[in-house]
Amino acid sequence: MKRFIGFIRKEFYHIFRDRRSLFILFGMPIAQILLFGFAITNEINNVNIAILDHSKDTSTLEIINKISNSKYFSIKQIISREAEIESVFQKGKIKAVLNFEKDFGRNLIKKKSAQIQIITDATDPNTANSITNYINAILQNYLQEKNKSIQLDYQIIPQTRMVYNQELKSVFLFVPGVMTIILMLVSAMMTSISITREKELGTMEILLVSPLKPFQVIIGKVVPYIFLSIINAAVIVLLSIFIFKMPVEGSLILLGAESVLFIITSLALGILISTISDTQQSAMMISLMGLMLPVILLSGFIFPISSMPAPLQVISNIIPAKWFIIIIKGIMLKGVGLAFVWKETLILIGMTVFFIAVSVKKYKIRLD
Amino acid sequence: MKNENVIEVENLTKAFGAFKAVNAISFEVKKGEIFGFLGANGAGKTTAIKMLIGISHPTSGKAKVVDFDVYTQPEAIKRNIGYMSQRFALYDDLTVQENINFFGGIYGLSRKAIRQKSKDSLVELGMHEISSKLVGSLPLGWKQKLSFSVALLHEPKIVFLDEPTGGVDPITRRQFWEMIYKAADQGTTIFVTTHYMDEAEYCDRVSIMVEGKIEALDTPKNLKQQFKVASMNEVFLKLARNIE
Amino acid sequence: MGISLSNIDKSYKKQIAVRNITFDVNPGELFGLIGPDGAGKTTIFRILTTLLLPDNGKATVAGLDIIKDYKAIRNSVGYMPGRFSLYQDLTVEENLNFFATIFGTTIAENYDLIKDIYEQIAPFKDRRAGKLSGGMKQKLALSCALIHKPKVLFLDEPTTGVDPVSRKEFWEMLKRLQKRGITILVSTPYMDEAALCDRIALIQDGEILAIDMPQAVVNKFPKDIYNVKADNMYKLIQTLQRYEHTYSVFPFGEFVHYTDKRVIFKTAELQQHLESSGLNGITIAPTHADIEDAFMELAKK
Repeated sequence: MKRFIGFIRKEFYHIFRDRRSLFILFGMPIAQILLFGFAITNEINNVNIAILDHSKDTSTLEIINKISNSKYFSIKQIISREAEIESVFQKGKIKAVLNFEKDFGRNLIKKKSAQIQIITDATDPNTANSITNYINAILQNYLQEKNKSIQLDYQIIPQTRMVYNQELKSVFLFVPGVMTIILMLVSAMMTSISITREKELGTMEILLVSPLKPFQVIIGKVVPYIFLSIINAAVIVLLSIFIFKMPVEGSLILLGAESVLFIITSLALGILISTISDTQQSAMMISLMGLMLPVILLSGFIFPISSMPAPLQVISNIIPAKWFIIIIKGIMLKGVGLAFVWKETLILIGMTVFFIAVSVKKYKIRLD
Repeated sequence: MKNENVIEVENLTKAFGAFKAVNAISFEVKKGEIFGFLGANGAGKTTAIKMLIGISHPTSGKAKVVDFDVYTQPEAIKRNIGYMSQRFALYDDLTVQENINFFGGIYGLSRKAIRQKSKDSLVELGMHEISSKLVGSLPLGWKQKLSFSVALLHEPKIVFLDEPTGGVDPITRRQFWEMIYKAADQGTTIFVTTHYMDEAEYCDRVSIMVEGKIEALDTPKNLKQQFKVASMNEVFLKLARNIE
Repeated sequence: MGISLSNIDKSYKKQIAVRNITFDVNPGELFGLIGPDGAGKTTIFRILTTLLLPDNGKATVAGLDIIKDYKAIRNSVGYMPGRFSLYQDLTVEENLNFFATIFGTTIAENYDLIKDIYEQIAPFKDRRAGKLSGGMKQKLALSCALIHKPKVLFLDEPTTGVDPVSRKEFWEMLKRLQKRGITILVSTPYMDEAALCDRIALIQDGEILAIDMPQAVVNKFPKDIYNVKADNMYKLIQTLQRYEHTYSVFPFGEFVHYTDKRVIFKTAELQQHLESSGLNGITIAPTHADIEDAFMELAKK
């Protein structure tokens, strides 16, 4: 055990002595999250909207005024029939239609609840999402003012409906995606590089000719990166919660546990890569081309899997990142528990066991 | 013929912070001379050579190589010298012929000249039959001999050889020195470093660097007389030991 | 406690690395494996340190079989691969500490063994290994290989690229270690280091040329050798190479070592031949063969 601790201590020396890599290791997740975050939650400005007002009372007028006075929207068109909605969107200039129900004002006072439909063009899902959020905010604001003056509990129930991309598949997906990439990169690439570096240096020869057992060498290589990856995962989650107000609906403990599982999967992959490459350069190439590209392209991070050609959909099943993204998306966005992601979890566990088994089998106790 | 100086160095110094890796060295090398540049690891040999071949800027002092100033004309120096080091010589993943073509090309030799020269040198090395073999598959001694021929391809006035024979077998090592003799005989100046002290004896003159300074410079014969010993090895040990 | 190899063969793909290697190293002996780069020295080291499996043959280290008992061997030998395999980003002390820990010991426990060597680099103990000179790296690597008090020490080209001063000191250290009962197998491309070993094996192109005490190897040299010298050494070599009676001619320091084909050889005759070829300042004197003469003679066959 003392040997093993000595080994891990050495690994930490390597990591902390290499300032540049360390900076990238911790700087990269932050930079990526900020980049993706700001690129996706773009501010909206002067978005053209249309109004379909079935009620035409003081309440709807007040709300319409409030919306048109905000710098975010400009009302370009007033329409009178549901049938016009389709053609309005097809022209492409109008990004959203507000549909006030009949007797909106009366319902608001009598039933203390009124309905408004927000229809957005979700060909650009991020903008669509932002529009919905902004209009909701304006409605809430309007209600607060009202409730203050009349001391009554009014409620406006906005119904949002997105056309063309109704499930809004890529919203907030960037956090799970970036988290997956970072964990994969840190765990798989860094471990495979640190193992192959010993081969290149020739120190692997001495380690082999020492009483350290091969699995101790491997575990010793892996432990520091488990720590680093956990820290990275935590940083990413905290950043998304506090800077981008990402809702984490589900259990943080489950999220943590699933992340650790994925970290171990990636580490096992890293070990596997190191058993088949002799140089740091080839380890890096395999990690980048063999892991990063599939993660970015096939995991559903950027391109929805359901819109891929069937063969690629099949291939995407063997990519661990796909399952991890499904899991954390479920936990973060839908708030589901283990009961809903046990299948994906089991798949990840299976993959991890497989990678470890292959690595152990391929790991050489000699140089041959 | 041997009166013309092709290297003139005066108080050449290279400092890294307060540490003087090369501390005011002065010497001349004559045309066609085999000049041995010896010293312990870390004595400053490599730093000095880097300044002479124009890839490192001196801190102070003067140095002229083939009539060109190391401060202002490093490019002209590079065109007129050949350089061969033990660490990097040839590309292992190119064939013998491809290496020759490449190095001939970067020195601006015409295709015709490269063809003629490579034929001559391959015949001389006895390697014309394996010109399409990868350099990586050759024994070290052959690589080093080939590498030396490549360094001579553009007919440089001076060739700098940095430990050219390390690890080479005794026969090939001698064949290598015969090549050096031949080049020197034809007027090429040879500037060579080595850890084999018997090779120091092959040189016309030898300088020994200790901690950044040249502590001895003379013919091997005179040095042995001066230190009253029988071999260059003992001269070297005496000098380097005394300082420590 | 010694080392024994019998009929070891090893090939990489098509290339034969070593062929039919057989030799024994006695307990407490300082045994040298002498040969140029690519002769197969490293392959032999890797087989003995259990890092490679031989294709054929048997070998034992300290009585342990290199295949069956590889774990036990790994616990009891010290190995210093070529290129001084140290962690460049760790300091001198951290490197030594690390190797002590993985062998389950501490620096303090075995300090007496490495004291001589380590004291020379101790002033730099906080310097990173990557910033040490070749000689110091070599001493640190030796300290690391010794820290667990191995019974058998394998040193693969420990003096390559190291200057003569450091080399001499290194061999003095090895002699002291030998006195402590450690069996040492060392390889080197520098033939002059052969004389410092108890016994040597000369090796070239994967085959052993001779195994004996250094002096005995030299004594077996079959010819009389003459030191020949002239003002123009290049011309002297060329003239001798074309001379009909020449058996061998090799530059050796300030002289050329010359051997003649004939049984009865008169120096005056050679002198005359050289003079008539236009050489001046000729001296011819008998001399003794050295290890390189012996190696080259054996390598010829």
